[in-house]
Formats: sequence, C-alpha cells, structure tokens
Amino acid sequence: MIEAVGLTKRYGDKTAVYNLSFQVRPGSVTGFLGPNGSGKSTTMRMILGLDNPTAGHVTIGGYPYRKLPNAPRQVGALLDAKAVHGGRAARNHLVSLAQLSGIPARRVDEVLGVVGLQDVAGKRSKGFSLGMGQRLGIAAALLGDPQVLLFDEPVNGLDPEGILWVRNLMKSLAAEGRTVFVSSHLMSEMALTADHLIVIGRGQLLADMSVKDFIAANSAGFARVRTPDTEPQLREKLAGALTEAGGHVLPEQDGALRVTGLPLPRISDIAHDTDVRLWELSPHQASLEEAYMRMTQGAVDYRSTTDQKAGLQQQLPPGAQPPMPVPGQGQPGWYAPPPPQQGGQPFAAPQGQPGPYGGPGAPAAAPAADAPNPYAQQTPQAPQAPAQPPAAPAPSAPAALTKPEDAR
Amino acid sequence: MSTPQPPMPQTAAPNWQAAPGSSYPTYTSPIPVVRTHLGHALASEWTKIRSVRSTMWTLGVFVLLVVGIGLAAAALVAANSADGGVGDENPLSLGFFGLLLGSMCIITLGVLTTASEYGTGMIRTTMTACPSRGRVLAAKAIVFFSVAFVVTLAASLVVALADVSMLDAREPTGQEWLKGTVGISLYIALLGLLSLVVGSIIRHSAGAITIMIGVLLAPLVIALFMFSESLQDLQQALFEYSIPNQLSVFYSQSLSSSGPSGWDPLWIMLVVTAAAFAAAYALLEKRDV
Repeated sequence: MIEAVGLTKRYGDKTAVYNLSFQVRPGSVTGFLGPNGSGKSTTMRMILGLDNPTAGHVTIGGYPYRKLPNAPRQVGALLDAKAVHGGRAARNHLVSLAQLSGIPARRVDEVLGVVGLQDVAGKRSKGFSLGMGQRLGIAAALLGDPQVLLFDEPVNGLDPEGILWVRNLMKSLAAEGRTVFVSSHLMSEMALTADHLIVIGRGQLLADMSVKDFIAANSAGFARVRTPDTEPQLREKLAGALTEAGGHVLPEQDGALRVTGLPLPRISDIAHDTDVRLWELSPHQASLEEAYMRMTQGAVDYRSTTDQKAGLQQQLPPGAQPPMPVPGQGQPGWYAPPPPQQGGQPFAAPQGQPGPYGGPGAPAAAPAADAPNPYAQQTPQAPQAPAQPPAAPAPSAPAALTKPEDAR
Repeated sequence: MSTPQPPMPQTAAPNWQAAPGSSYPTYTSPIPVVRTHLGHALASEWTKIRSVRSTMWTLGVFVLLVVGIGLAAAALVAANSADGGVGDENPLSLGFFGLLLGSMCIITLGVLTTASEYGTGMIRTTMTACPSRGRVLAAKAIVFFSVAFVVTLAASLVVALADVSMLDAREPTGQEWLKGTVGISLYIALLGLLSLVVGSIIRHSAGAITIMIGVLLAPLVIALFMFSESLQDLQQALFEYSIPNQLSVFYSQSLSSSGPSGWDPLWIMLVVTAAAFAAAYALLEKRDV
C-alpha cells in the first residue's frame, strides 16, 4: 500500500508536483499516467525517498521509504534502465545489490532467468540494448521478492514479445497480492495492463479511478454517417439539417461525417426527411486513448509545432501545390474541449479517424488506419480481459499517437 | 497466449496475510528477511570496486609508476654515484617521485568510486537498495581506503627493499622504515579517501579529479610565481603545506626546513579528510539523489 498525502515538489520556481494525494492498493496493477514532464518520475523518486518532498509526505506500508527496515525486501523499483554502471557485468551488478540487502546470491541467478538474461549475465551492461537494460532493471526490482513494486516506463524499448511478457508479469505479480504501480505515458498500454488509473498532468491529479470508471466517464460515442460520394451536395445538405436538429457535425477526411448529440434513429429520420440517401450509419465508441488525450491536452508541456523550414525551401515550380501540412501539428487545442457535463455531449474528435496525430501516409500511424480504434469494441471488457491486439501494432502505433513529435 | 488470464498465484507464493489494520491481502516473500547492517554494504562495495575495469587500470598504472620510477631512480643513483653510495641520505627517499606521480591514480580511483555512480545513474539504484545513505558512504570509504592502503603499502615496500639493496647507503632506522612505508601509504590512502569524499560532494568525475589535482599541485605552482616581498610568508606556507612537500616529510627531506615535520602531514590530512567526510555525509543525507 502506497499512500501519498499532499505531495509537492518544487525545483527552484518550477513546481514539478503539486498537492498530489492518492493511494495505491495491493492486489491490482495501478497505472500512473501523464504526458511527458508531468511529474511521474518525480513522484516515483519521492516514493523511493530519493527526492525529499517540498511539502506533504508519502509512505509505503505506513513508513516513509527511508525508514523501512530492509527496504529492498519490501519495495522493488525500476526507475530507469540506464541507472547502472555500464562497466559492470549484469550479474555482478545484481550481486552487489543482493549483498546490500542480505539476499542469497542464488536469487541473482533466479531473477536473471526470470528476465531472460542468463546468457549475457557475464557481459558488461554497457553493450546492452535498451530492452536488455529494461530487463536488467526489472531483474533488480524483482531481486528482493518485494510486496510493493514500482516500474517507471517498463516497456520502453522492449520488443513486442517483451511488452507482452511485462504485461503478464505485472498482472501475475498483482495476482499474488502485491502492490504494483506502473507509470507510463501510453494510455493504450495501461488500458491493457492496469486495473486502476491515476492520471496526472502538470504535476496535479487529474483522475484517480478504476479503468472501468475512466472509460465510462471519459469515452463517449458518436455516429458515423456517410452519404454517397458521388453527390457531395447531399453531404452539405445533411450536415446542415443535422446541425439544425441540434447535432454536432464534424467532417472526416474520407468524406464521412462524425455526428454527436443525436441518437442514431433520429439521424436516420432526418436523412429521410431531407431526402438524403445514406451509405453508412454506424455507432462508434471513442477510444480510451482519445479520452486520455483530451483529458491531458491542457497539461501537455512539450507540444510540437509545424516544421516551417522557412527560407530553406526551394522555390516551388509554377503551378505546383505546396504540400499539405500533416494534421495535428502546430495546432494547439486540436482536441475539442471536454463536454459541458460528464457523459453529456461527447467530445468531438478531429477529422481523420485513426488518430489526430497520424497524418495520411504517416508510417507510424499506418497500422492504426485499418483498425482505428482497438478499444472501441472491447472497452467494456478492457480491464478484465485485456485482449490481444496484434502485438506489434499495439505498442508502436499508440506510441506514435501519444507522441506528437514522433508522428511526422 | 491468446486469452491472457490473471495467472494463478505461484506455488511458491506464500501465506496470504492481512496486514494489520488493512483488509487487503498482502504478499509475503518466502526468502527470509534479514536485518541489514554495515557488513552488507561492505560486501556490496567490495563487489562493486573489483567488478569494474577502472579499478584494475588505475591501480595497475599506480603500481607501475611507483615501482617503475622507484627502481629506475635507484638504478640511476646507484650507477652515477662514483663511490657507490649516497652517504648520509635516507635511501628510502627515492620512492618519493614514483609515489608523487602515482598519487594521481589513487585520486582518480577515489573520485571514480563515488562520482562514477552519479555519472552513470547507478546511485539511484544504490540508494533505492540502501536508503541509509550514510552507510553506503561509510562502506565505500572503508573498502576504498583498505584497497588503496594495501596496494600502496605493497608497492612502496617493494621499492624500499630494492632501494636499500641496490644502494650502498646507511641502513634506515626503524622509524624511517615505518614512515617510509606504512606512514606514506596511510597518507596516500587518506589523499585518495579525500578524493572519494570530494567526488561525493561534487558528483562529477572530471570536476572532482580536476579539483583534487589542483589541490595536489596548485599550492606549489602558485608559490613558485610569488615573487613579491610582501607575499613571502604566504609563499613559504604554500611551499611547506603543499602535498608534495608533506609527502617528502615522510622521508625527512623536506623542501623547507620549517613547517610540518615528523608525522604532522598524516594528522593534517586526517583532520582535512574527516572534515570533508562530515560535510559529504551531511550533504548526502540532505540532498536529492
């Protein structure tokens, strides 16, 4: 059980974490979400007693970390994969940590086997890839067989198989009754792993609820309406009529309309009344990813701008069109503001259904284009039966979605 | 794999107990939990110091410098002195040059013992594994001091024995033997310990090494350029208390006639190191890692 009360940390005049209070309970995986620079790692460091809070306090099992007797036997942590001396062999690194807390050396070989590094145990960790470094860090966290585990971005740099392994590892650790606290900036990853979510932005608490509640509170449905491509005027006509009826209409890039605020039968009636034929009328659920992004959009510190290349471009030949900017770049407030009341008028996502950040043809977003919304269908079951999206696109596509700077 | 389910608790998984005052099940490890003490930290630091190559390199170069220069100096003196002797001089004093140069290696190793953990980020892992930060610093200090002392003693003993056998000089007294081997080794090891402590304060390898080399050489160099009459006293003090001069005191061939003598340099270094250690300890407890 981790308990933070009024946790605040200031570095000079920058407030990294402000008045954060939460509890992390045993027996479940608690996801710790926030954009880059939102204070996740700072909070983790304060939990581990590495940084002293400016105000407030955080305890593990009732003790501040530095007062815990034999702390590594009670709390294991992966803070960052590069927190090792690169010149030391993996096994020696773990042996030195084991000796520090009186853990038998036999245990070192056990955890090396658990993380799959037994073949490179004698190699210096300098030559490790990021994924191998993560595995070594996870081995160090598991070394003390602790009942509280903290992982800061554990899937960074792991291959799809490794991601699946970490996901299952965390669930099995939680199933044994341990407290598992995992930070990530990937909502998609957390949706599959976590039972409970703590979301922060700019160092402040945005949400502290179960994944189920988070979905219920934050993801809202919309209807997709498609009119015959051959007659664009029908589209305008229908859009006008729907708006008149109180709906909220957003055009999508492929010509469809995204309609919120009107039930499906009513949309059909309006279309009938205005003599517009429909090619598609389908219900959709906004993804958790989008819900998370909307929630944190005001709290994003590092936002990309359009790359102007001013003065570097050659004169365009006469008649040539300047390239279309990739949607999502350099446009603050790309996400529509949150609905006026919870569960009321759902938010409107921008055109371009797969992900606002993925432009047409952006390679990183390509896998998402076909399956725009891996959570839409499974959201209700997401926490219990975290199904298996194709392992490869799941980590890579959302990675691009959450990181504007990557989706260029 | 296609239907991941929460895995069942492993068979090794132990009794589910309710923690006092809590209704949640908690996990209890089957591995017995021991009470940790300084001994654990010492074992850990010993593993750390012998499992990186920089230790082997710095100590290897140190031994090479001390023994190599010591033997070369002795051979040179033996070959060039016409009557085959150096008369009244303490023959052990030929080890001075090697140790002066070699102390740079000990300084480097001392700084690296602490500062490299900050450079690599290892310190966060260490301090998470042992939240008693003072214990880590104490363990590092003890392990490093012992290693530095033993290696310096061995190297200086080899040089001393060679000097005495190669040179046709008077037999050194027991006091001279003690100061020329154990005394100077304690001094060099303390100098290394001071570097370790400075590394812990500065938290940056290159910065701390530069500072320590400055401490080692700057007073002497600055004194060389103090021509002004009014600064004569300061110049004299800088000469006398510069580390090279203090080193030479152990062979009782001080560059100056006044200033520290006998075992004074050791006490001076001990006080300085203890003060720096106290400062480093206080900072370590207070600062964020």
